[in-house]
Amino acid sequence: MKEEAPSSWAEAATAPSRYRTLQRKIVALIAVAALLPLFSLAFINYYEHQHALTAQVQEPLRALVGKTKHSFELYLTERISAINFIASAYSFEQLADKTALNRIFQIMSQAFTGFVDISLIDDSGKLISYVGPYNLKDINYTEQKWFQQVLLRGSYISDVFLGFRQFPHVVVAVRHNNPDGRSWIVRATLDTAQFENIIASMGLEPGSDAFLTNRKGVLQTESRQYGHVLEPLSFSLPPANYEANVYDFADPAGGQYFLALSQIANTDFVLVAMKPRPSLLKAWYTVRLDMVAVFVAGVCVIFAGVFAATRMIIQRLQESDAQRLAAIHQMEHTQRLSSIGRLAAGVAHEINNPLAIINEKAGLLRDLLELRPDFPDKERFAKQIDAILRSVDRCRGITHRMLGFAKRMDVRIEVLDLNAAITETIGFLEREAQYRNVTIERRLAPDLPQIPSDYGQIQQVVLNILNNALAAVADGGTIAVSTWDEGERVGIAVADNGCGMSEETVKHIFEPFFTTKKEKGTGLGMSITYGIVKRLGGDIHIQSALGKGTTVTIFLPKHPPEEQGGSL
Amino acid sequence: MILPSTLLVVDDEEEFATTLAERLEIRGIATRVAHDGETAVHMVAEAAPQAVLLDVLMPGMKGLDVLTRLRETHPQIPVILLTGQGTTRDGIEGMHRGAFAYLTKPVDLEELLRTLSEAMERGGQS
Repeated sequence: MKEEAPSSWAEAATAPSRYRTLQRKIVALIAVAALLPLFSLAFINYYEHQHALTAQVQEPLRALVGKTKHSFELYLTERISAINFIASAYSFEQLADKTALNRIFQIMSQAFTGFVDISLIDDSGKLISYVGPYNLKDINYTEQKWFQQVLLRGSYISDVFLGFRQFPHVVVAVRHNNPDGRSWIVRATLDTAQFENIIASMGLEPGSDAFLTNRKGVLQTESRQYGHVLEPLSFSLPPANYEANVYDFADPAGGQYFLALSQIANTDFVLVAMKPRPSLLKAWYTVRLDMVAVFVAGVCVIFAGVFAATRMIIQRLQESDAQRLAAIHQMEHTQRLSSIGRLAAGVAHEINNPLAIINEKAGLLRDLLELRPDFPDKERFAKQIDAILRSVDRCRGITHRMLGFAKRMDVRIEVLDLNAAITETIGFLEREAQYRNVTIERRLAPDLPQIPSDYGQIQQVVLNILNNALAAVADGGTIAVSTWDEGERVGIAVADNGCGMSEETVKHIFEPFFTTKKEKGTGLGMSITYGIVKRLGGDIHIQSALGKGTTVTIFLPKHPPEEQGGSL
Repeated sequence: MILPSTLLVVDDEEEFATTLAERLEIRGIATRVAHDGETAVHMVAEAAPQAVLLDVLMPGMKGLDVLTRLRETHPQIPVILLTGQGTTRDGIEGMHRGAFAYLTKPVDLEELLRTLSEAMERGGQS
């Protein structure tokens, strides 16, 4: 059982499933090691890139809104200043004079676009004079909200409203406190065409939008997407302040936008600009697609590389395992044969001595019998004695073979008679050959020189080849064994007229575990044979034709190979 | 066939040695028997036989040592070794040490007589 352990362990270690598991593990390990940095890099790259691109897109939008807000503020401040100037530069009486107010209005309209009318209101809210398209007289504004605002804050800019010609307008009013204690209010109406101009000057791309809205969410200018002036927005906006802020924004229709907004100073107006995200991030998406493609390609290449490398490693491993297994098998085989051989030698030796005695005793009986010509039943006795002697001969053959087998295990070079070794080996198989009516022809060169070699190993080689030949020939077939002298070496050939082998089989025949005998063979016979012949410094060749037979030729040197000397 | 007139058989197997001696006596060879190496060396010293048949495997003094001693003291006496079949190596070693021949047990008597005759013809030259 002890001897079985190494091979069963080795076979378990070389089971195909083990290699598959090993391959999977190695692939997984290398893949993780290779892909982790790639993943991290891609991940970081992805977010850095996204961040940078978003900033790149958001910043100009923020700047644009800031700039436009400034334009609005400038425009409105100019108008307020103009009205303020008029309220301060002229006396109440001058402004109350409609002719004078008309002249002032004409000059103002030339200097500042957008004014529609101008009116003077006293501090009690009563309309004093008016220049403009309406026919306004005797109106009292005391109760109106804008009037109270002007009194409170000194100036006022209204929300947009539809005026006389159904154009959107805003009202601008300024209170003037005269040093003499009187105060009056100058009120003017501006049409908002200039608002649209300022927004148009933002140079919005298609799909983008910009508009003014008040705090209640009512549009103060036209919106490309969300309605006309004075229509309420269908969504609420993020909180606005005097700094332009950018938000990610989704409108009720599901459009994705960057939305920038800012409060316009001293008014109720909020400037809003929107740019659609997909178009903004188009460049980024292209980059991302490239990145993903590179990443996927990288992953594929890594996997392919890892897989190929692993397969190569596993293959090498499998090959070396197979070789190791072959060596283990051969070693076990040798060990088993060696222990059987030692046992056989011991038994044979023990039997030999009594056998020698029987031989001599029987021989003596025959001698004595021949010395007594008058011995009764002499013939009968002689027959019995001959039978004993024949049996002794048979026993001698058996012990001889057993000892020969044991001797094969001891590697030693001696000067030997190759023909004798071959004849003895043929003797082992003669019984089987006779039984199957196979003829073994001996064509041994009578003057073959003795060569230094290993008797046992040569017998094993010849036995292997003869066994194969015997397996190949049909009953009644012929095996010819010949030897000859050829220059520096001697040749041995075993030719049979059996089934033969294909070229493919011949090509692989010396490989360990190659067998055509299915369950019967270990596939080691010919590889061992090859190994022995090579160790003995010889050569082995095989010629075979399917259906015609096989000839195995061995050449052995007449002089022992130098490096191995006498100790194989 | 010239056979030796006197012969010493050295073998620790008494039955084998005496039986073989008896058979050789029948064939006209005066045969004495020794069952160990020391006795053999003494007997040769007392009365030198024309040939010695020597078993290789013996307890005590080994056959090959007896051979070496005999080659020193009586180089003219041919020594034929008897070996077990597994000990061909001893036979070859014996040949190196000057044995005339080696035979394997069980011995074929005809072969033994033929070898003895050859030894007599060559006059102890091995």
